[in-house]
Amino acid sequence: ISNVSTPFSSCRPKVCIVGSGPAGFYTAQHLIKARPDVDVDIYERLPVPFGLVRFGVAPDHPEVKNVINTFTQTAKHTCCSFYGNVTVGKDVSVGELQQAYHAVVLSYGAEGNRSMGVPGEDLAGVYSAKDFVGWYNGLPSCQELSPDLSCETAVILGQGNVALDVARILLSPIDILKKTDITQPALEALAESHVRRVLIVGRRGPVQIACTIKELREMVNLPDTRPEMVAADFEGVKDAVKDLPRPRKRLTELMLKTAMEIPGEKEQERRNNASRVWSFRFFRSPIEIMADPDNKRTAGIRLAVNKLEGSGDGARAVLTGEVEDVSCGLVISSIGYKSLPIDPSVPFDSSKAIVPNSMGRVQQAAGLYCSGWLKTGPTGVIATTMNNSFDTARSLVEDMDSGTLDISAAKPGSQSISGLLEKRGVKPVIFSDWEKIDSVEMSRGEAAGKPREKLLTVEEMLGH
Amino acid sequence: TSRTQCLRSDNKVTVNFINRDGEKITVKGSPGDSLLDIVINEDLDFDGFGACEGTLACSTCHLIFDEDVYKNLGPVTDEEMDMLDLAYGLTDTSRLGCQICLTKSMEGMVARVPESVADIRQSKDGSS
Ligand SMILES: Cc1cc2nc3c(=O)[nH]c(=O)nc-3n(C[C@H](O)[C@H](O)[C@H](O)COP(=O)(O)OP(=O)(O)OC[C@H]3O[C@@H](n4cnc5c(N)ncnc54)[C@H](O)[C@@H]3O)c2cc1C
Ligand code: FES
Repeated sequence: ISNVSTPFSSCRPKVCIVGSGPAGFYTAQHLIKARPDVDVDIYERLPVPFGLVRFGVAPDHPEVKNVINTFTQTAKHTCCSFYGNVTVGKDVSVGELQQAYHAVVLSYGAEGNRSMGVPGEDLAGVYSAKDFVGWYNGLPSCQELSPDLSCETAVILGQGNVALDVARILLSPIDILKKTDITQPALEALAESHVRRVLIVGRRGPVQIACTIKELREMVNLPDTRPEMVAADFEGVKDAVKDLPRPRKRLTELMLKTAMEIPGEKEQERRNNASRVWSFRFFRSPIEIMADPDNKRTAGIRLAVNKLEGSGDGARAVLTGEVEDVSCGLVISSIGYKSLPIDPSVPFDSSKAIVPNSMGRVQQAAGLYCSGWLKTGPTGVIATTMNNSFDTARSLVEDMDSGTLDISAAKPGSQSISGLLEKRGVKPVIFSDWEKIDSVEMSRGEAAGKPREKLLTVEEMLGH
Repeated sequence: TSRTQCLRSDNKVTVNFINRDGEKITVKGSPGDSLLDIVINEDLDFDGFGACEGTLACSTCHLIFDEDVYKNLGPVTDEEMDMLDLAYGLTDTSRLGCQICLTKSMEGMVARVPESVADIRQSKDGSS
């Protein structure tokens, strides 16, 4: 595992990256390309790499996961090493990393959850989208969730792409899911699911919806489901469309078409035969989740009816005073992920929940950088993360080239960190160990007719 | 098949790429190849290009064309438009390189790799 110490290798600039999601890998990729003399070590909390590409991206989006091929090339580069099963902030501190490396790039993502802050949030039957997604994608810490899917109606709070992922997974025909890398327990639970109706609730109106058109089109085309929209929600939207920028315009037009147009014969028949329903509910904010008086389970949700003040992106939802109760047995809140501080020595902006930075340089902390969702907040797709990670790598290379970052003194890099970890009883998982896990998962998947059957516990991962 | 026929070298089509630094790179591709295929086959170094490997799931293969070239590129599907909508610096003559199939009539065309503008662009697309 440990690098052989040669005078040459000890003179190389040493950079470590915290987190092996897209941000970590894209930062590493650019660094290695721009500075072939640099050694890059990636530390990852889990024994397996790739962050949300493995544990976030929906199982029925395998194409999105193709980025893993490029990440794997980076990981196998002679200048790059992967150390999984190392939690920075617990097993090793950021200060210790800074001692061992010339620069530390924080790209540990956004693992926290924004809470709704309404009464009843802790009832059985209420889940965060983050945990629900982690459950069906095999995130070890979410395997206990075993959500109760015995109700007919589910309410999802939030209308971003994650909300639509969750809605799609709840409503997809099981024959589609069977051919994905969704976990076996999730597949079994969904096969038994009674959920027939999913309401996707947002504070504001159709013109403010946060999802992108690809995800909306997938809902519109989802086999065996039909849309059910409230025509009144779209009042005036048609007039607003023409002034919108193209992406927003096309998204709104697709919603309008779905909600308002009388479908052709074939589509009408498809809708008539559908056994499941999805719908957007606009202008609604959660006030309270109501319990079944007997068993303390979720029985419904009380929604405040909003109206909009202003228009376009900046429109604000204000309460009208009216409320609406919806019966449901399942509530999934999808109102956003949130980064958390991992080490008291690192500056953190708690109101924005990011590490304060300019172009990826952590403010008032020489040698410290950040990229990905930790840098920008939890928005955008992998391509967004890619661009902002390249930007961070560019800043770091600039600082090396200009001498702003002092790389003249030799640093021990992974050698000293490996020593520390060994003393603390932490056994890192290197990339070739992950490749063994990977091949076990692939062959288990093959046996089940799936692309992959994920290992579901850290113990099992470490056993391979 | 017609594909193997196309691979005859005298049938090759010249394509000019303009990279993010404004440099022009002239390469040849075979009819039937996508523009992404050409970028890969010719080992062109456009950072992050083709992240989803041509499966219409990323928009990193975004290219910009002159109006007359654009008109000759063939039809755009809704799905391509959907992904394009997420591309930075989207223009009226933008396409996804993985969806454009090279034909003889594209001889000598110019495809520009858009700049990836730094930091400013984030924000907006978050959850609401
Ligand atoms: C549910 C969901 C679905 C998505 N679907 C898509 C999609 O279909 N297409 C698309 O383009 N984008 C999608 N995205 C967005 C995409 O996942 C993000 O843009 C991207 O993953 C952000 O990358 P990141 O590296 O900043 O964070 P992450 O991917 O979260 O990576 C962070 C990594 O850091 C590790 N880590 C955390 N704490 C520590 C620590 N203390 N020490 C060491 N390591 C640590 C984590 O384990 C993780 O591996 C989706 C996001 C979500 C949440
Ligand atoms: S390579 Fe991803 S959309 Fe073309």
